[in-house]
Amino acid sequence: MVQLNLPANSKVEKGQYYKDKTGSKNIRKINIYRWDPSKNENPRLDTYEVDMDNCSSKVLDVLNKIKNEIDPSIAYRRSCAHGVCGSCAMNMNGKNGLACTKSHTELDGDIDIYPLPHLKVLKDLIGDLSTLYKQYESVEPWLKTSKVNDKENIQSKDDRAKLDGLYECIMCACCSTSCPSYWWNGEKYLGPAVLLQAYRWIIDSRDEDRKERLKKVADELKLYRCHTILNCTNACPKGLNPAKAIAEIKKMLATA
Amino acid sequence: MSAYKIIDHEYDVVVLGAGGSGLRAAVGLSEAGLKTACVSKVFPTRSHTSAAQGGISAALGNMGEDDWRWHMYDTVKGADWLGDQDSIEYLCKEAPAAVLELEKYGVPFSRTDDGKIYQRPFGGMTKNYGNETVQRTCAAADRTGHAILHTLYGQALKHNTEFFIEYFALDLIMKDGACKGIIAWNLNDGTIHRFKSHTTIIATGGYGKVYYSATSAHTCTGDGNAMALRAGLPLQDMEFVQFHPTGIYGHGTLISEGVRGEGGYLVNSKGERFMERYAPKAKDLASRDVVSRSIAVEINEGRGIGKEQDHVHLHIDHLDPKVIDERLPGISEASKLFANVDVTKEPIPVVPTVHYNMGGIPTNYKAEVLTLNGSEKTVPGLMAIGEAACVSVHGANRLGSNSLIDLVVFGRAAAKRAAELVKPGMKHEEIDKNETDRCLDRFDKLRNSEGSNPTSELRLSMQKTMQSKCAVFRTEKTLKEGVDEIRKPYDGMDSLSVKDKSLIFNTDLVETLEFDNLIRQAITTMDSAYHRKESRGAHAREDFPKRDDENYMQHTLSWCNGSKTKINYRPVHRSTLTNDVQYFPPQERVY
Repeated sequence: MVQLNLPANSKVEKGQYYKDKTGSKNIRKINIYRWDPSKNENPRLDTYEVDMDNCSSKVLDVLNKIKNEIDPSIAYRRSCAHGVCGSCAMNMNGKNGLACTKSHTELDGDIDIYPLPHLKVLKDLIGDLSTLYKQYESVEPWLKTSKVNDKENIQSKDDRAKLDGLYECIMCACCSTSCPSYWWNGEKYLGPAVLLQAYRWIIDSRDEDRKERLKKVADELKLYRCHTILNCTNACPKGLNPAKAIAEIKKMLATA
Repeated sequence: MSAYKIIDHEYDVVVLGAGGSGLRAAVGLSEAGLKTACVSKVFPTRSHTSAAQGGISAALGNMGEDDWRWHMYDTVKGADWLGDQDSIEYLCKEAPAAVLELEKYGVPFSRTDDGKIYQRPFGGMTKNYGNETVQRTCAAADRTGHAILHTLYGQALKHNTEFFIEYFALDLIMKDGACKGIIAWNLNDGTIHRFKSHTTIIATGGYGKVYYSATSAHTCTGDGNAMALRAGLPLQDMEFVQFHPTGIYGHGTLISEGVRGEGGYLVNSKGERFMERYAPKAKDLASRDVVSRSIAVEINEGRGIGKEQDHVHLHIDHLDPKVIDERLPGISEASKLFANVDVTKEPIPVVPTVHYNMGGIPTNYKAEVLTLNGSEKTVPGLMAIGEAACVSVHGANRLGSNSLIDLVVFGRAAAKRAAELVKPGMKHEEIDKNETDRCLDRFDKLRNSEGSNPTSELRLSMQKTMQSKCAVFRTEKTLKEGVDEIRKPYDGMDSLSVKDKSLIFNTDLVETLEFDNLIRQAITTMDSAYHRKESRGAHAREDFPKRDDENYMQHTLSWCNGSKTKINYRPVHRSTLTNDVQYFPPQERVY
């Protein structure tokens, strides 16, 4: 029999319970993953009873309410609050999404909030995205053109339309951190978010480096660890389709 | 304060903030061979530039004849003659090249039939000095800011800019009236970092979060503005706060002016297109202050919509769904998410919402920070750009799509000027230990607050006061009350409560430091508004309904020490930069 052991301090324990103090008749239990790097303790799941009669519609509103009114120590990233900055990506009732666009009414029962899966946790709901950012950098996300005149590049409407569904990516990492292949080979497989960006530059009619760009991603690990599981497309809070972008790259390589 | 681990750095230039202007500056500095650090409290693509929707103005003339002088006239008029015309000339003249440069960087602009950058009509943008609407606002659908921000981040990567990400800046390091760098707190590991630099460029954005309802991100707390105040420098024109006419009712999410640019219009509860009454020529495309005031009047006079009659409707359901899909896809998404509205079938409920700060750190057109010391003087070693700065190109009211162009034109100007002033590898001076101690004393005191007032309560009190006492319409009475009330949350800091004492991602402490920054700006805003006894642009006094050019063709300067302010004025620049264009003397402002 194989003996499986969890690493030390990895078991999520039962945490504190914050009872409602408002006397609300409409209470919802919110369970939040907590871990403080400055204490040598296991992560825990704290439970907060929240008065939903006085709470706006999104999961981020719930979190802000808890932070403002119950427990200011809870840590999470947030900024724009309307789904364009990509800061508040997290796992809510088992699915990745943006807390600021996810309505809590769409979630059943108690709400369980965890950091994005399979990232090193920095604190509470804040995950370490530095590997993903390095991978992003590796696809050289800038236009490569030899034209140096001061006129604009001409791009047809049809060529510009090829960038739709790609340039809108907000790099929230919901897709990559939902991908089992990325969980397994996250250091080497570029993952759906970065491959979507790679394709965004490959397919840009103004870019003169398509061949080189394709060559660079044509790698057993970087690209072909995609096994079309499609969790990425399912997870994207902006309705983009990274799986299709990856398939397009594979197709271009196969027909090149 | 030896308890804190301090790590020292030396850079030619430090850029504080990684939004549109900070990134553009960083790219230029790296190109110039200067060793540059870009310090930001959020990862660059999380910056609030990403939320800009409608577009970036530049007289490219892709959609009919245009001229940068017309753009300049519109900007001067939009600013209600409070803008400095030398800076406005620079902005509008440099704009076309700056947009073409962005296109070359790879921004996925929408396109015309012949493959050029698509331009749409926007509020206050006209042909031939106010005659008819012009299409001047270059757009990447309704995600222009997002597209520009991501592209500029790519350029910064290309130029190997050194980033310090999730570092929260605490204070400027000053010596004999000059800036020598900054001190920042690394949220990732809790260390304190001291950056020595020959030039520090503040690009920290606006401070919309002093209000309760704003389109601004949670992170829009004007940290750089507050750092300037603590360094004994003034902020300029803080009373000019732009209310965007169309924030989603109840949530505050921005609905781009591009919606009206593409043919959207506002109606009241009687179904009237009321803008025709207030701005017979420009109608729904009058400038933002005018449209916001018109909506406020409609609501105040009982023609608002809804149970509380407290908002109006924005229609685009008459537009071809294909046009909406191609040019306004983000708006459709936001309306669905935050108002549960299908824009192809129903109107969007909207209300004027705090959106932009015309005021900020005073600078000249080279982005050098100004102060008043007898006369106008530059502050050695310090620059400011973007929404944090008050150049002033937006004067009393910014035109839509003039902010994105401001970011890139002055981001570039700052890099150019810094490259003139700083040579790579110049030696750094010793920094006085007192500066570090003073900064860390404040940090340590806030961190160890054991009082009874949670930051969130003080912040809420500040936001509610600003919202009720310093809104679209202002009077002596509301402002006087505001001046007193806004000091209460400041005084509340005497008994502040910060629960989390840790140093790694202590967001309780981050929000407290942000509140400490916000409240100083709230106080200067309220006091500046109280002292300006006229109506101009976004500053509408019911008791002084007219513009008073005799007394107030002046920028307000406001210093703030604790909760005490000192107000002074400096004249608006009444000349252009070159002879390419003539000064536009004040006129009556009608749309």
